[in-house]
Amino acid sequence: MEKKYIHSVVRITNNQLMHNGELLLTRSAEDSSWPVEMYRGLHLQYPKFFKMDNLCKVGFLAAELAMKDVGVSPETEKPDFSVLLLNSTSSLDNDISYQQTIADETNYFPSPAVFVYTLANIVTGEIAIRHKIKGETSFYIQEKFSPATLSDVAELGFMPHKGIREMLIGWVDFLEDKCDVLLFRISVNPENSISEWTDEEVSRWYEAGVQKK
Amino acid sequence: MIYKISDNIISSLGFSSEEVYQKVKSGISLGKLHAGVFPGVEPFYSSLLNWEAVNQETVKLFSDGMKYTPFEKIAILSASKAIESAKIDPSSSSVLFVLSTTKGNIGLLEENGGYEEERIHLWRSAQLIGRFFKNPNEVLVVSNACISGVSAQLLAIESMQLKGYDYAVVVGADVLSKFVISGFQSFKALSNERCKPFDAERRGLNLGEAAATIVFHRGEPSQGDVVFRGGGNRNDANHISGPSRTGEGLYNAIQNAVKEVDLSKLAFINAHGTATPYNDDMESWAIERSGLSNVPVNSLKGYFGHTLGAAGILECIISAHALADNTLLGTMGHDTFGVAKNITINKETKTCCNLMFLKIISGFGGSNAAICFEKLG
Repeated sequence: MEKKYIHSVVRITNNQLMHNGELLLTRSAEDSSWPVEMYRGLHLQYPKFFKMDNLCKVGFLAAELAMKDVGVSPETEKPDFSVLLLNSTSSLDNDISYQQTIADETNYFPSPAVFVYTLANIVTGEIAIRHKIKGETSFYIQEKFSPATLSDVAELGFMPHKGIREMLIGWVDFLEDKCDVLLFRISVNPENSISEWTDEEVSRWYEAGVQKK
Repeated sequence: MIYKISDNIISSLGFSSEEVYQKVKSGISLGKLHAGVFPGVEPFYSSLLNWEAVNQETVKLFSDGMKYTPFEKIAILSASKAIESAKIDPSSSSVLFVLSTTKGNIGLLEENGGYEEERIHLWRSAQLIGRFFKNPNEVLVVSNACISGVSAQLLAIESMQLKGYDYAVVVGADVLSKFVISGFQSFKALSNERCKPFDAERRGLNLGEAAATIVFHRGEPSQGDVVFRGGGNRNDANHISGPSRTGEGLYNAIQNAVKEVDLSKLAFINAHGTATPYNDDMESWAIERSGLSNVPVNSLKGYFGHTLGAAGILECIISAHALADNTLLGTMGHDTFGVAKNITINKETKTCCNLMFLKIISGFGGSNAAICFEKLG
């Protein structure tokens, strides 16, 4: 089994945004749009952000930070790079929005712009487009965050025949204002890494975002 | 080696792979224009399941007092038929289950039907399917839009290679709902008559309902078995709802799948062939770029419609049966060639005698996948 190394880690909870352990932003108010607040707080310029659903928004934001120190521009094609994500609620946040557009027969207005986001893997596509990532993209769903499953997925993603050297991998979940994101950039290259990828490290970074009373 | 030991299809054409395959071979499709199935939705051309027959079949299965949704019913029915003919013990920890679906129980958003709140979640259906078979492993759901069925096979096969499972049961299923049909209609992606893959007059896709299951085994195959030879998954990084015009991601996925494959054994390519203008053109680019312009290509969408999360599995099963039967299936609905690149569309069903097929598939999110199987001669 080839060793893997964590190069960047982003954690987003209901009210905090952290990058490599550093707290970057705290939500200003309970009723703010947290994804939009983060976008403004990070001073990003990517107008397509505003047409995305919440799941894509938070996945996109996490990827922006995780790719910050990747060493090449977003425009550089990345053929040996993958995006492998998991969550619990799939695209349900946006599915509920879409359902509202068809629920009432007298006010029936199904919109392709909303419908397209009723698939969880669209977030892997948005991230791939932004960073010209042309390796594998996959989205898996399980009940709860599991470091062991994440490690299995990473292991599968680096199987030698795939020729993949680097990936964004993690948990991206958003439902009705509840945000739970843990995104890693990992590589087979140890140079400039934060630590080796282990189940314990993955758990530690996840717990780092759990609010302590 | 990893090879297929059994399979099942639950579709409009029947409840066993063999029955369904024979009907496809004879050129039968039960697609038609449906009106009034879902209130408020415009008429749509589709191959719907015979739900009365599904309920009759499943009533025998469910003695546990648990109430299952239509989606769960067909998934369990299909898996149990495939497991029965594989003669394996699904409660063993050496058996991995993987579920492929796009929208699962999404119809519950419209009409909750008295199910518990968490039933809307894909993981919940996966959990219930695992529990039905008393399988101790967590059942992961693959949700990669249209390519889910091939993705799920690759996840299962790679997990067998890496984690040492002896068997994998890969189940794909989707049912149609107001949610799904209205969405595709809003995209203007549906044709109101039988779809015409790779045709000059193609106007869009048909949707269909189905469940399909493949049981894989890691071991020593015998003559005639259909063996996994390679797979690939690559993103276009181009657009979330349209493919790369030049088939970039699909070409890359094919290259990954055929890396260690002797392409002279290729009998046919089973394409996604949805009959949307963009998809079919894109596939012709990827096939030509791969140097496979002379390999016969077919699409099964004219027989079943696009069965979403089941499609990648169902179409591999039909293709494997055709390979075993030395048959090259025709492309129902195709009449006049009309795609960007000069590839070889196989119109009519005929005999053939080569050993491998390549399944290709693409979908929303810029995803593309390819998988290659060989019949041991």
